[in-house]
Amino acid sequence: MNVVHLSPVDLAIASLLIIALAGLSWRMQIGAERQLLLSALRSTVQLFLIGFVLKVLFDNGHPLWVALLATGMLLVAGREVMVRQKRRLVGWWGFGVGTLSMFLSSFVVTVLALVVVVGNDPWYAPQYAIPLLGMILGNTMNGISLGLDRLTQDALQRRQIIETRLALGDDWQRAIFDSRREAIRVGMIPIINAMSAAGIVSLPGMMTGQILAGTPPVEAVKYQILVMFLIAGGTGFGTLVAVSFAARRLFDERHRLRLERLTVRDD
Amino acid sequence: MRALARLRIDQLVTRHVGPIDLSIAAAECACIRGASGSGKTLLLRAIADLDPHHGEVYLDQASCSSLHAPVWRRSVALVMAESQWWSERVGDHFAHGVKDDWLEQLALPAAAMTWEVARCSTGERQRLGLLRTLMQAPAVLLLDEPTGNLDQESALRVEALLADYRRQRPAALLWVSHDAGQIERVAQRRYLLDEGRLSEEAPR
Repeated sequence: MNVVHLSPVDLAIASLLIIALAGLSWRMQIGAERQLLLSALRSTVQLFLIGFVLKVLFDNGHPLWVALLATGMLLVAGREVMVRQKRRLVGWWGFGVGTLSMFLSSFVVTVLALVVVVGNDPWYAPQYAIPLLGMILGNTMNGISLGLDRLTQDALQRRQIIETRLALGDDWQRAIFDSRREAIRVGMIPIINAMSAAGIVSLPGMMTGQILAGTPPVEAVKYQILVMFLIAGGTGFGTLVAVSFAARRLFDERHRLRLERLTVRDD
Repeated sequence: MRALARLRIDQLVTRHVGPIDLSIAAAECACIRGASGSGKTLLLRAIADLDPHHGEVYLDQASCSSLHAPVWRRSVALVMAESQWWSERVGDHFAHGVKDDWLEQLALPAAAMTWEVARCSTGERQRLGLLRTLMQAPAVLLLDEPTGNLDQESALRVEALLADYRRQRPAALLWVSHDAGQIERVAQRRYLLDEGRLSEEAPR
């Protein structure tokens, strides 16, 4: 492998771009320089930290540590899904629906890929498990938060239509059908777009990284295809489950629309 | 002809409305008037079981809570003041088609089923919305100002159609109206809803 090792000087040169941009932002009074520098610093610190965590984990691949890190990632993703909702379900549901759906889809898909496709020994080897889970979880998180946000907004907007359908004797599944379908579609659009544009408009980040690190392009492509399919599966099933759970929760056992189960807008 | 339908409301409480007791016989029409915000719409919504409530409502001998909610709402049907449409064409909302003579009675052409909802006037939508519910053959009709957007002539046509339906089905009607003349024409019994309390008014 002919990996070109990056020295701190190399990274410092690249960081000059950020500093130059911040300087220009300051001169032109755009006001983004603080955020820009801060987020650049944050990503540097966060990435080095996770780099060290992974290094320790790779050296000592005890399943308990892998499970602990995976759980931590899931909880952070669950919180992220929750705070991205303009109007989320009140109480534990707001956190639980997204987190449980991500657990069901991302973990199942990752474990499936590790056991059936990658077939490493042991199957939970952190070199494979953690990056795969990370990519699937990250994308599933996006899909689920988009889908849930759309569902709750739509239910609020179409409240009268939904209640008219209930009054006409439709059950809750029929009454929310259009909103649920739209929400699931919206959640799946980013990954569908990513798959359509892959290789033509954009070179996916994972593949680019592998090629830069010296992997033969065709090998990198195969991994990218695998990851894309896993992401699509995780996102699609996760969004489907999350939106369906949430839609169910918007109604009670008497098929009444219960919008007071959503938080009040706080802006 | 089916067994006599009858609505009985027993100690119904919903938000600031109630407790309400009221019985309506088959082929009978009871009218409710009251100021805006007195809870007329809330009362109808609770009877249709669209809002959480205390107390019980009976259709004949069957209690609301003993029936599957969609089944209850098909029998005890609420027609909302503002009709809502979710598909592009009017006909898409009529799963069981529509009776042509009902269209005719409301001065609507048979082609109304092919109309685009977006091009219908508010009055046309209100009449079509009523027919949409009537096609489900409910035993009880909860009507929230069913002629609110109609001119006098159309309102009279709707009143006549509802009177026919009430006698033939025979159905119990609970009719919310602001129009004293209309209440005079259609009601067998009159009620006033004031600050969540229902009181019967003597016929004038």
